[in-house]
Formats: sequence, structure tokens, C-alpha cells
Amino acid sequence: MAFSEELAISAQGLVKSFGDVRALDGVDLAAAPGTVLGVLGPNGAGKTTSVRVLTTLLTPDGGEARVAGLDVVKDAAKLRSRIGLAGQYAAVDENLTGIENLTMVGRLYGNKRAVAKRRAVELLERFSLTEAGGRPAKTYSGGMRRRLDLAAALVASPPVLFLDEPTTGLDPRSRIDLWEAIEELVGDGTTVLLTTQYLEEADRLADRIAVVDHGHVIAEGTADELKSRVGGMRLEVTLTHCAASFAAISALESMSEEPVHADGELVVVQVAERSGAIMEAARRLSQAGVGADDIAVRRPTLDDVFLSLTGHAPADEEAAVEAELELVVA
Amino acid sequence: MISDTLTLAERALVRLPRNPDMLLAFTVQPIMFVLLFAFVFGGAIETPGYGDYIDFLIPGMIVQQIAFGGFATALGLAEDMTKGLIDRFRSLPTARASVLAGRTLADVATNLLSMVILLVTGFVIGFRFDANVPEILAGVALLLLFGYAFSWIFAVIGMSVSSPEAANGVGFILIFPITFISSAFVPVESMPAGLRQVADVNPVSTMVDALRSLWLGGEMGNSLWLSVVWCMVLIALFAPLAVRKYRLSAGA
Repeated sequence: MAFSEELAISAQGLVKSFGDVRALDGVDLAAAPGTVLGVLGPNGAGKTTSVRVLTTLLTPDGGEARVAGLDVVKDAAKLRSRIGLAGQYAAVDENLTGIENLTMVGRLYGNKRAVAKRRAVELLERFSLTEAGGRPAKTYSGGMRRRLDLAAALVASPPVLFLDEPTTGLDPRSRIDLWEAIEELVGDGTTVLLTTQYLEEADRLADRIAVVDHGHVIAEGTADELKSRVGGMRLEVTLTHCAASFAAISALESMSEEPVHADGELVVVQVAERSGAIMEAARRLSQAGVGADDIAVRRPTLDDVFLSLTGHAPADEEAAVEAELELVVA
Repeated sequence: MISDTLTLAERALVRLPRNPDMLLAFTVQPIMFVLLFAFVFGGAIETPGYGDYIDFLIPGMIVQQIAFGGFATALGLAEDMTKGLIDRFRSLPTARASVLAGRTLADVATNLLSMVILLVTGFVIGFRFDANVPEILAGVALLLLFGYAFSWIFAVIGMSVSSPEAANGVGFILIFPITFISSAFVPVESMPAGLRQVADVNPVSTMVDALRSLWLGGEMGNSLWLSVVWCMVLIALFAPLAVRKYRLSAGA
């Protein structure tokens, strides 16, 4: 088919306003078949609105989007049988059992009861929910509900899958389980658009990452490309006395090609490698007779991406928007 | 469309017994109301023209219970909205109207169940039909139509509020007075002027009057065809409103 050569997801200049709020202000996105596109951004950036437009739940005010070769507005009805959606609220019926939930979704896709049930059993098995399949979903843990929600999105084996913050609020173990499930799907050729607030998640799963803010895509690229824009890992030393910062800088400066920053008790060194950095720093500091309360290596975070791309952290952005809104209201 | 509607109606019915609050509302609560009215108020209420208060009460009580039958629709829709299930249904290749049609269809089944429970309770405490089988069945059919009309009112309520709790509050405040300021529990003649006029034009009164004449004999007047017209008007008004609300709920 034609769309196997074209992009599985493509959006150009999507615009969507709610009243005076412009949730999407010209969003461009692209994902090749069989890849994962991570959409990264803070709350309110436009991630969920983008997903809702691409899954036909919202009609855009402007722009164009195609998913699996179909126009999201003109071919909306046809498109719905080729996509799967798992949202951030784990949209399963709590009063139905796992198997009833999946069977219902299968029948709403137009399958006969027996076919829907067989598929439900298959999916429960795949997501390690076979034992829990006969219990109402309200007895499930958060991780189990997300797995059931993901299974519901996969009932029709859709070629394109949308996951809106699939791991928000999950414990680390459940998060890793879900990541493995997603990786398996992509291995089978599914195209995935994944929104997330966690750089770590995008880093692990996404082939390409689009960073959104205020309804715009402000950066796009592979995880490595984005990280190089942010800078590498940071070694952070908290000194016992800030008076020792000069001694600390001279002890540590040959560890990095970048200049060492000091701010009060905090000394920051850019390092290329994580391994050994803490030991090395501790050795140097003790040789120089500098006392440290804490030494840590920090990976770049979403905050760092924002800091480097926009010049301020996402929290500041929100505060700025609120201030702006107050001005408008006044 | 039809199979989607049936699937979603089945879903609403399967989940009902697993929700203890709702199950009580459809089973124990009507029995309790019948017993309270019959034996606490019954002795103090004069019902000229009817054998005794229990005969007078049962049709009124059934109409009231059926008017509230759509509560499951209001609560269910409000819950689906807040929990994201509506988004899931919308993202499926499912007929859009089937979410509402499935809910309201399920109400018809639960209404039939409450009707049976109330009639059995009625028989135990002495209620008797004074009617032939077609008249009894006509009453049942009329009640189901009436319940269906009220389900659409509840569908609009369910999609107009922010949470199931709010749907509960709004539903009670709106529907409770409508069922009480009527001929359901006391003869309208006993009410003070003002209230009495309200009770006279209240569709619940029309409905109760029609049911009493079908099941207990007596003067039919216009009440039967007027009740049918009322139900049609309510459906014509609230079904399109509910569908509109459903469309708008996604902000599309």
C-alpha cells in the first residue's frame, strides 16, 4: 500500500483554540512507519491536544494531519479502525472484569462475540493479566490498569498507536514493564506516538523526539541530538564550606574541557562519562583537603532541555503564562 | 449501530449488580418506600374513589420509581466522562449515538426489573388489579415509554455536570419535586391552591392518572393519550439535546 512508504504520522501547522487559549499554535510532527515519536513537554504544552486531534477526537481549527495514510478530518470514520489510543487516565470500566473490558472493545470494533473473546484472552495472556482477567478492574493495581488500557488499545492490532503519558503516576517497576511491552510492539512494526513529561522515557523508547511548548514544536531530533544541545552530565559537589570553592575548582578543573562553575557551596563540572566521575572527584577533593557533603552525577532532565531551549525552566514558563493571563484579564 | 448499542447496553447491565449503591437503589429502596408510604402515611391519607390507599399508592409509586430509573444513565455518563471512557468509545469505529442509545436501552431493562419488584411487593401487602390483561400490558408499555423519556432527561443531566456526585445532587433536586408535586402519593384535591395547579399540569400526574384508570378501572379521560404525547415531547426535546451535549463534550 502507498502509505507504507510515506510517513505513518504527519501533521503540518495544526492549530486548535479553546476560547482565547491557543492550545496548538502550528504543530508539525512526523513519524516514519515502525518508529516511536516521543512528544515531550510540560503540562499544558499541547501534547494531549495534539493526540486528540490525531486520534479524531478533536477537529483542528487549521492545519492538516494524516495518520496511516488517512486524513484525520475527512477520513475520520475509516481512520478509527486503524489506530489505538491509550490515555493518561487508564480508560477501562472499573466495574467490568479484564476480559469483559477487552471483549466489549472488540465488539465495538465490529467483531463477533467469540472472536472478540478469543482476542481478549490472547491479550490478557500477553500482558500477564490472565489470572486477574476474571476480576473487576477496580481491584487492579495502577500498573495492571495501564496494561489493561494498553491491551484495549491493541484489540484491533492497529498499525499506529497513540500513548498519552502512559506511565505518569506509575511506580518504577510498572513503568519498566510497560516500556518493555511498548518496545515489543514496536519490534513487531507498530508505529507509536508517545507523549511524556520524562526525558528518560523518551530517551529509552523514542527514535525521534519533538519538544513542545506553548503549542509549538520548539525542537526536534534524536535523543542524542537533543542532549548535545543540553550539554552532557553534570557532576555536582556540595562543599562543606563555601570558602573552599576556589580550592575545589582548581582540584576539579582538569576533569572537564568545560569551565567549572561555582555558586556558594555548589560546584558544577560538566563530565562526559558517568562511570568513575564520583570516585575521581572524591579522590581529588580529599587530596586537596577540601571537605564535601555531597557528590552526585546528574543526567540532563526535561528541565535542562527547557532551560537550554527556552532559557527558563518549565515552571517559570507556567508562571509567566499565568502572569500574562492575569494581565489579559485585568 | 444496533450491535454497538446492544454491546453498550449489555455493558451497562453487567456492571450494575457490581455497584452496590445502584443495586440497592433498584431493589431495596423501592420496597422500603412502598412499606413506608403504605403503613406510615397510608392511614392519614384519604383517597376517595379508590378501594384503599395501597391500591392508590402502587401505580403512583411505580411511576415515581420509573421516573428515577434513568439515574443509572446520568451517573454512568458522568462517570464515563470523568474517567476517559467516552474518549475511548469515540476513538473506536463505533456509531456515535450508540453510547447514549445503549445507556437508555439498559434503563428500559432496569425499569422493568423495578416494576416487577414493586408489583410483587404490592401484591404481598394487598394490591390487586381491576383490569384485563391488555389493560395491564398497556400500563406496562406506557410506563416503559415514560421511563425512556426520563432517561433522556437524565442523559442531559449526566453530561452537564462535572462528576457523578454532582449528577446525583442535580438529579435528585430536579426530579424529586416533580414526582412529589403530583397525584402520585396523595389526591391532588388535598393540596393548597397554587401547588394544586402545578400538580394538575405535571406530566407525572397525567401519567399516574392514566395508569390508575388502566389498572384499577375508573374514568380515563384524556390522561392516556396526553401521557403518550408528553413522553413524545420529552423525547423530542431531550434526545437531540443529549446528542448535542455528547458531540460538544469533546470540545470538537
